[in-house]
Amino acid sequence: MYRYDTHDQTLVNERVAQFRDQMERYLAGRLSEEEFLPLRVQNGLYVQRHAPMLRIAIPYGMLASYQLRKLGDLARDYDRGYGHFTTRTNLQLNWPKLETVPDMLEELASVQMHAIQTSGNDIRNTTTDQFAGVAEDEEVDPRPWCELIRQWSTFHPEFAYLPRKFKIAVTGAAEDRAAIQVHDVGLRLWRDNSGEVRVKVLAGGGLGRTPMIADVVREDLPWQHLLTYLEALVRVYNQFGRRDNKFKARIKILVKALGIEEFRRRVEAEWAHLKDGPQTLTRQTVESVAAHFVDPERRPVSAEAIAAFERLRGENRAFARFVTNNVAGHKVPGYKAVTLSLKRAGQSPGDVTAEQMHQIADLADAYSFGELRVTHEQNLVLSDVPVDRLEALWNELQALGLANPTVGTLADLICCPGGDYCALANAKSIPVAQAIQERFDDLDFLYDLGPLELNISGCMNACGHHHVGQIGILGVDKKGEEWYQISLGGAQGNEASLGKILGPSFSREKVPEVIDTLLQVYVGERSDGETFLDTYRRIGLKPFKERVYA
Amino acid sequence: MPDQAPISRPESRPYLFRGQPAADTWTLVREGEAPVGGAAILPLADWLEAAPGATLAPWLPADTELTDELARRLLDAPLIAVDFPKFTDGRGYSLARLLRERYAFAGEIRAVGDVLVDQLYFMTRCGFDGLSLREDQWLEDAQRALGAFSRAYQPAVDQPEPLFRRRERERARPRQEAPAYA
Repeated sequence: MYRYDTHDQTLVNERVAQFRDQMERYLAGRLSEEEFLPLRVQNGLYVQRHAPMLRIAIPYGMLASYQLRKLGDLARDYDRGYGHFTTRTNLQLNWPKLETVPDMLEELASVQMHAIQTSGNDIRNTTTDQFAGVAEDEEVDPRPWCELIRQWSTFHPEFAYLPRKFKIAVTGAAEDRAAIQVHDVGLRLWRDNSGEVRVKVLAGGGLGRTPMIADVVREDLPWQHLLTYLEALVRVYNQFGRRDNKFKARIKILVKALGIEEFRRRVEAEWAHLKDGPQTLTRQTVESVAAHFVDPERRPVSAEAIAAFERLRGENRAFARFVTNNVAGHKVPGYKAVTLSLKRAGQSPGDVTAEQMHQIADLADAYSFGELRVTHEQNLVLSDVPVDRLEALWNELQALGLANPTVGTLADLICCPGGDYCALANAKSIPVAQAIQERFDDLDFLYDLGPLELNISGCMNACGHHHVGQIGILGVDKKGEEWYQISLGGAQGNEASLGKILGPSFSREKVPEVIDTLLQVYVGERSDGETFLDTYRRIGLKPFKERVYA
Repeated sequence: MPDQAPISRPESRPYLFRGQPAADTWTLVREGEAPVGGAAILPLADWLEAAPGATLAPWLPADTELTDELARRLLDAPLIAVDFPKFTDGRGYSLARLLRERYAFAGEIRAVGDVLVDQLYFMTRCGFDGLSLREDQWLEDAQRALGAFSRAYQPAVDQPEPLFRRRERERARPRQEAPAYA
């Protein structure tokens, strides 16, 4: 895990002082509402439907236990005792007081945290694979590269006022768990024949109003040039991205308007000037950052202990369910990565109470070297649990209500805060999520359905990633009423695709029933071993549509 | 929300040169305005047509595409202004960096237009050394804002070295050279 040195700490402290000054000038009327807006959002502060909202950065999803404890303190002392993990792996507090935000930022700085660039038309928090550094299918550990990007993008003097927000995702594994094809820039790290890291650079993907799958700008960028290349690419966007229409300002519109060849030509022409410049990375630089992400000192787990774990799995059905769904493989035999489910009936997806934050921090210390990851599916991960401690951890998680064995199933749905909180939303999303979770709460049915991703967004800004949900639900406003449009066939990962709209939208009450019909079609049509997505891709939209609108 | 108290407006645009309040000897001429006497900053198109001289300078609209050919002409200017039509328009930052870093323009690069206190620090990093602020901006706020940060991660016009390089230098330095905090 990256630890600040004096330079990082000084910068974050200076940022707090700068924002305190800006807040004072705003409260004194020396800074207008309009002029304060970009300053506050670049410090994560929104003014929401009911109250301000503070979005705290969790860089590339990595969180230390002492940081999570501090987040719990903030939720308890400055908010209403809970927080919300987002699809950008940040944490949102929904009820802070405007005037206290500088104090909150100061508290965050004391644990090497901040809310820098969690909003605004700038380079946002970089996201990555939640199993970075432990995944079995990993070629390159993305974390040092993410940290280099974090530093490069933090307070970048040229890119604080881009045409629109700019999101980067990085993966170094065979299976893309970071959704790089639907980001403004997606980076896939890989190794060439001589073992050197290369970067496949994608650009122009994104969800929102105009969802698009990214194009490839460059297949094989040598690692030394990562930052200069990104600088060239973002400079092209800064200069030529549209600024006349907010809805056409993302880089995807520019890439599409120019065509990928012309876009690439401009980036390469720009890069020709920056290549080999001062931001060229050296082995020494990368190694000094990578030294923050060394493996923890894992004690060896004996073959007997592994056998005992497998035995328990065979004997205890509930434990086996948990392991099958919530426990992922690990590059080190005898270790596992455990997902803590933040999804269950009666609670908004991604919500955690202050008390739970403290309890989870204790579990991270006791079971996983004091580190956690936040996933873009809005769950938490303990990445280094020895199998001989899994049963004990499972028992503790059950007691805390965090062991719902439904990760990757329909019940593990992604959901934005929606109209209950968000000023942008057209419709509520949390009640839809809860209604679906309540209707489909039978574990055997969920397991029979197999892997299924259902994503809900309360508006077309798509924070709930509905376009890449195998079942996507989008809240729309029809003459002042909340309706829901359903799409099918979206997917993240290596075979990313955008969902197709099923047809006319539905009232909120109808949504669970429609989902039920869609599932019946799948169950009726599937052939052996086919997932929902497989069946959809084979039979297409039509059979689903016919049944739902029959 | 605070009351929006009326802001007392100074008479003219506050002006900083290299971080210090300075007397402004140039007059900014917008499109369609008649040039007044003395040194004038003209719209780019007008400047390109005017006879070169030490008392005429261009201002670049934010959407200027800085080609090599245009840059060659601009290098003769005594000063180059870059317009910020809106303080949230970030194109001018790239223009200033290109003028300094790619074309090595050594004269004053001045930010004009919707130039506000809280954008000055980044402007300075990108190569602006003349800051002509909007009329209602306070000089004391501006000078404080310029000193907000003592270091930066990225290289830019004000600092050619990325922070990661500086760290490497510091690590390589023998320990005894580190300042002693008694």
